[in-house]
Amino acid sequence: MSMVLKVRDLNVSFRQDGAETHAVKNVNYEIGRGETVALVGESGSGKSVTALSAVSLLPDSAVITGSINYEGAEMVGADEAELRRVRGNDISFIFQEPMTSLNPLHTLEKQLAESILLHQGLTGKAARARILELLNKVGIHDPEERLSSYPHQLSGGQRQRVMIAMALANGPELLIADEPTTALDVTIQAQILELLADLKKAEGMSMLFITHDLGIVRKFADRVYVMKDGEIVEQGETKALFDNPQHPYTQTLLSAESTGVPDPVNPNAEVIAETDALRIWFPIYRGLLKRTVGHIKAVNAATLTVRAGETVGVVGESGSGKTTLALAMMRLISSEGPVLFLGSDIQGLTSKALRPLRSDMQIVFQDPFGSLSPRMTVEEIIAEGLTIHKIDPARDNREMVAEIMVEVGLDPETMHRYPHEFSGGQRQRIAIARAMILRPRLVVLDEPTSALDMTVQVQIVELLRNLQKKYQLAYLFISHDLKVVRALSHKVIVMKRGDVVEQGDAAQIFDEPQTDYTRELMAAAFDVKSVG
Amino acid sequence: MALPEIEIEPDAPVVVPPARKRPWLSPLNQRRWRNFQKNRRAFWSLIIFCLLFGLSLLAEFIANDKPILVKYNGEYFMPIFNFYPETTFGGDLPLEAQYQYEDISCLIVSGGVIDCYDDPEGILAEIEETGTALGNPVDKGWMLWPIIPYRFDTIVDIQGAAPSPPDENNWLGTDDTKRDVLARVIYGFRLSIFFTLVVTVFASAIGIFAGAVQGYFGGWVDLVFQRILEIWSSTPSLFVIIIMFAIFGRSFWMLVFLTVLFGWPSLVGVVRAEFLRARNFEYVRAARALGVSNATIMFRHMLPNAMVATVTLLPFIITGTIATLAGLDFLGYGLPSSAPSLGEMTLQAKQNLQAPWLGFTAFFTFAIMLSLLVFIFEGVRDAFDPRKTFA
Repeated sequence: MSMVLKVRDLNVSFRQDGAETHAVKNVNYEIGRGETVALVGESGSGKSVTALSAVSLLPDSAVITGSINYEGAEMVGADEAELRRVRGNDISFIFQEPMTSLNPLHTLEKQLAESILLHQGLTGKAARARILELLNKVGIHDPEERLSSYPHQLSGGQRQRVMIAMALANGPELLIADEPTTALDVTIQAQILELLADLKKAEGMSMLFITHDLGIVRKFADRVYVMKDGEIVEQGETKALFDNPQHPYTQTLLSAESTGVPDPVNPNAEVIAETDALRIWFPIYRGLLKRTVGHIKAVNAATLTVRAGETVGVVGESGSGKTTLALAMMRLISSEGPVLFLGSDIQGLTSKALRPLRSDMQIVFQDPFGSLSPRMTVEEIIAEGLTIHKIDPARDNREMVAEIMVEVGLDPETMHRYPHEFSGGQRQRIAIARAMILRPRLVVLDEPTSALDMTVQVQIVELLRNLQKKYQLAYLFISHDLKVVRALSHKVIVMKRGDVVEQGDAAQIFDEPQTDYTRELMAAAFDVKSVG
Repeated sequence: MALPEIEIEPDAPVVVPPARKRPWLSPLNQRRWRNFQKNRRAFWSLIIFCLLFGLSLLAEFIANDKPILVKYNGEYFMPIFNFYPETTFGGDLPLEAQYQYEDISCLIVSGGVIDCYDDPEGILAEIEETGTALGNPVDKGWMLWPIIPYRFDTIVDIQGAAPSPPDENNWLGTDDTKRDVLARVIYGFRLSIFFTLVVTVFASAIGIFAGAVQGYFGGWVDLVFQRILEIWSSTPSLFVIIIMFAIFGRSFWMLVFLTVLFGWPSLVGVVRAEFLRARNFEYVRAARALGVSNATIMFRHMLPNAMVATVTLLPFIITGTIATLAGLDFLGYGLPSSAPSLGEMTLQAKQNLQAPWLGFTAFFTFAIMLSLLVFIFEGVRDAFDPRKTFA
């Protein structure tokens, strides 16, 4: 097989403050014509840097050595004009975030036309025809009407389709897809992957696929390279590698999956929180007098009960109102309908009256990078709640911080450090410690694992399970990852566009889903894995 | 880089590490300081500026019409700090001694020989030659003068029409009321910088507070304050300054007050925008979920992040304030006319085109002062930019 891209002894390092960080070390890989190659590894393993260096799309502080050979032309040290010719023309990119990779101020037609004009010189009618052809190809309905749309008028999946259309515009030889489905809902993910597979076949492209999701790789790739700490530790044909992984790291990656179901809880356990037909509608104002003309119905009539030691899982696609529901239960946004917490209605309490209750209800957010104040030390972050709620005034705050850090699996010696010095998993542990130090009764977990690597996810799920058992915590667990939900939840609520479509015991919902929507979710979540 | 993953067992013994004092600068600010130092132009501009401002703070010791130290009859006097009438030095007037006149310096050197009023030159020459005055031995005194023996308001006693060109006594010449230009530049520089610093500190404090409140609470608070701000910003400040000066008379602090009064809205916009952005950050939500009070969230969690935008805007406020002061002085609506003002010197330069030393001095003073500030803040801005790397 002839090779499209051949990389030898690639080293990439970043210089900052006089110090050098080696992101990629002695990497060799190659991509054959018409082949799909997957680059797998956890965050920070150097996958994206390896791929981006192929056409020198790295920041100025990067130093690249080695050889990158594209169709016989050397890319390392090539001049800007040569690189520009290759970029977008022969090698195209799809990035992870469809929200930010499209310019929000330009219509689809304008964005697509730009690339076509640049590389093919098509204008006017010819360009328009080509754009329509592309949009048809990537499965956008009614492409003529969509031409004048702006990115915000499209859904995430549609945006990613447009990105793919842009990438295909010039008939590239090689398509580099950097986590193209990570930011999408599971059902959309499956569609996009199918589309990519079809297009690859039809266009005869090669593809370099970067992902941390092994389910996708197994379904999709011909060959796999496994990266760890900037080095390729294992490579091989997909099937061979999955069936018989050699390197211990690959073995850990493959076995990392949250499994099992939680221990059953006492059905008469104390009720911690309860809602009855909770409704969250955001009014839409129109006109000169700002009259309310309608409502955005974020949550319609959600009724749920959480008992001590019990986990209620809330699942649904993005925009289905999961997080809104949780924030309303904690009175972080306003809602209508009674919210009972420890037996008393907290709906309508002032924020001052609510403050003493705050220590009993805590929240852990999705993004461990955004939820920790970057200018505070870990000690200050964890101890902040202690300064407001006098949990145990007789004891020294530092002692309590050290204790909780050990409990969540952090080294107390690191309490003087700042959040940016910790990995994603460690940061999530800090966020959990911040919530747990107040000894809460109810903890809302808003996608606490979805920003984490698989191996770390497993550890965090384990930690949450242990804490629940130890302190009889009530969890409201929000996630779109059904595997994690199954591993943690006793009861499950399925939401779609603000409506609760299905609700009941976890076992029942996972084994015999009643609605099409739930079945679709299940299929998307568990099918990807089973194909192999 | 991430810390190494250490496995900690949940039942491991708890060891509380010793309390560590927070370093004076947080690691982030240490990095910023290193980045700033790497920008040689900004760093040297800062050093030169500090040197110049430091010297100008000692203006009384550099340019003054009183000696720093006087030895008279074996005793020491410091006229810079204290008031001494001529009688202290054996004279007969109960008014402050005019040290620059020859008869007073004769009194001091001779130890109070009263004949100094009649023939100071003769007595001084005699002391110089023989060590005696009118035949009597004297305890010879002396005066230690500053480098420039004029204050900003000293009328220089020389021949010719004012403004007089530079000579060996007045290195930059005199202005149109025969005051030494160099002395006025030194005092004027100090006044400009001091005025700017005071105004910036107060205007920033008010602006940051107002912007923080608006951005954090949003909604009606924001709406109402924005309208008030619009009305306030469109008030013609020059008229108000003229009217207020007419009622209360001109003074430095009055001008500071009025400039702050009309200067604070400039920062509100950026701080408000930063707070609007940051109030939906997850760590702010997390703090709210902890029950942290609004004030603490605003000033402990959000303000440090809004500071970058604030620092980026500060140079414009500082240079703008210098220009405002100079502009008001130039128009004649600024500080009292006796004050050492660079703007007033510019006005004189315009009225006395035949005396180019006035124009050149004003121009170079402003050019050097503003260039230094611009260079410094350019470095500060770059040091605050997280995307900029300094190899």
